[in-house]
Amino acid sequence: MDFNFTPEQLEIKDLAMKFAKNEMMPKAHEYDVKAELPHDILEKAWSLGLVNTCIPAEYGGNGFSAVDSMIITEALAYGCMGMNTAIMANDLALLPIVIGGSDEQKKRFLTPMTEKYKMAAFCLTEPGNGSDAGGIKTTIKEDGDDVVINGNKMWITNAGYADLFVLYGTTDTALKHKGITAVVIEKGTKGIEIGKKEDKMGHRCSDTRGITFNNVRVPKANVLGGLNKGWSIAMKTLDHSRPMVAASAVGGAQCAFDHSVKYAKERVQFNVPIAQHQMIQAMIADMAMKIEASRLLVHKAAWLLDNGLPNTQLASYAKAFAADSCMQIATDAVQIYGGYGYSKEYPVEKIMRDAKLIQIYEGTSQIQRLVIAKEIFSRS
Amino acid sequence: MNIFVCVKQVPDTETKIVPSADGSFIETSSIKWIMNPYDEFAVEQALLIQAANAGSTVTVVRVGSTKDTEALRTAMAMGADDAFLVEANDNLDSYSIAKALKGAIEKSGKKPDIILTGKQAIDDDCLQVPQILATMMEIPSVSVVVGYEGSATDITVKREIEGGAIEVYGVKLPAIIACNKGINTPRYASLPGIMKAKKKPLTTLSLADAGVSEADRRVKYSNFQLPPEKPPGKKFDATDAAKMGGVVKEVVGLLRTEAKVI
Repeated sequence: MDFNFTPEQLEIKDLAMKFAKNEMMPKAHEYDVKAELPHDILEKAWSLGLVNTCIPAEYGGNGFSAVDSMIITEALAYGCMGMNTAIMANDLALLPIVIGGSDEQKKRFLTPMTEKYKMAAFCLTEPGNGSDAGGIKTTIKEDGDDVVINGNKMWITNAGYADLFVLYGTTDTALKHKGITAVVIEKGTKGIEIGKKEDKMGHRCSDTRGITFNNVRVPKANVLGGLNKGWSIAMKTLDHSRPMVAASAVGGAQCAFDHSVKYAKERVQFNVPIAQHQMIQAMIADMAMKIEASRLLVHKAAWLLDNGLPNTQLASYAKAFAADSCMQIATDAVQIYGGYGYSKEYPVEKIMRDAKLIQIYEGTSQIQRLVIAKEIFSRS
Repeated sequence: MNIFVCVKQVPDTETKIVPSADGSFIETSSIKWIMNPYDEFAVEQALLIQAANAGSTVTVVRVGSTKDTEALRTAMAMGADDAFLVEANDNLDSYSIAKALKGAIEKSGKKPDIILTGKQAIDDDCLQVPQILATMMEIPSVSVVVGYEGSATDITVKREIEGGAIEVYGVKLPAIIACNKGINTPRYASLPGIMKAKKKPLTTLSLADAGVSEADRRVKYSNFQLPPEKPPGKKFDATDAAKMGGVVKEVVGLLRTEAKVI
């Protein structure tokens, strides 16, 4: 049993935190207001190796463990949860290729991502299907050496700038889970229609759009793991991506917490800093406990993954607990700041808006509880 | 060129400093150590010089405790080729540190063409190691350098002096250049750089190996204390036009008698 980071992990954390504090935090407010992607910041993050952490070393990546990628994600989300979403979305899109792709597909799709900064988009959710992923309507039909894709996808992160779309569809809606198929579509393929940018509550700099796939034809060589093999790839992807999203919740919560501690020592009411009031102390203590517990769940879920052990249940613990805690912590941070907290001039208002999304995407907090209960009852 | 960089490890600027119980130093058990920020400019300048002079090597040297080799690893992750650590207490005085640095540079077996340092360390703010080292090595030194250009043998450096004016020096190498903010923008140690740095050689020497003994100590710290807390500022109410004359008189009076600045 060892809770220590390795010396390399400490350095990775230092670099990622330095980048978050020097490059991301000073611009977080500006890009939130402009609702624009900070392409220069994202490209700089990529050049330092902070993007695409899931790519194995043999395909040009840094060969990070899952725990390493959690450390990086937490730090980047500390800097700005919205920018981190744009960065993390690359991993969400590339993980199905890492997990279900052939050697040829990995060379063709992953390696170019390590040579130049490119964005990738993960296309699962549809206008009518979010939590019920098995019920997706987008069709993938065989046609000679190709497959033809038809359907609508919704809330797709990085949609407007992606070079690569990793899409889940079905060969036959009647097959439900058994028809799910994952396919890689390259930018510029005929029939991709990118929708307008969504006007969101938080994560405003990240580029979120609907996409229509209208008779989009790609070679069968782009199908990951074969037709009808998509569901197991999707489930394995979630085992990695859910802890990662949970790590981003820890980063956002830690940032809200650090702001709160600093402010509580500065703000004077009743002739003493509010940090000396017990009501504030209780809130700060609750925040600290929840952050530490969330982080430990994230690291354990990732550690299980690195050791080849089943982690589905822990991944859902981490995702639900960290996301719900982040929302509570960000809300309390606004409370500690009082009227100033409700103003956009102070940083905690943005964190509260950003936190809400973490309870929704990559499986809502409610879905995580269903997954957990299913795991418990299926084994008892 | 044989390029050397001397770096120091200092407490993170956000650290809450606590003097040790015996007053000989500060409590170091819970400190997060970072590379002295001015030394980052020196490392960056070394890497820029290396890039401009093919076949050059960058060697980083540090004197301090081994608990944590953060600064040396960071420098190698940024791109330096190898590192020397002289193991010593962190509360050594400037003379001993300069002598240990000289010893380590000599132990490397390479004759330095240039030695870069930060202009000062942000922990003890002594501002004297580069100059003492230059005297010991009998080579020129320029400090507070904000501009650098030149060849492998002759350089022109700009030095910031009081009032924001700039002095320009032509210097024959070898020399010691102490860097200030503005000379360059230090790069980040990239993640691939961090991974590569693990395989780069880090040689550890004792103070004796570097030719330093307790007899070299010129300054001994005995009573570290926190500075006294600043008294709160005074507020004057001059919003009312009728009161203004009185307030001005009062402020001028206090500046004379209390603050003694006029």
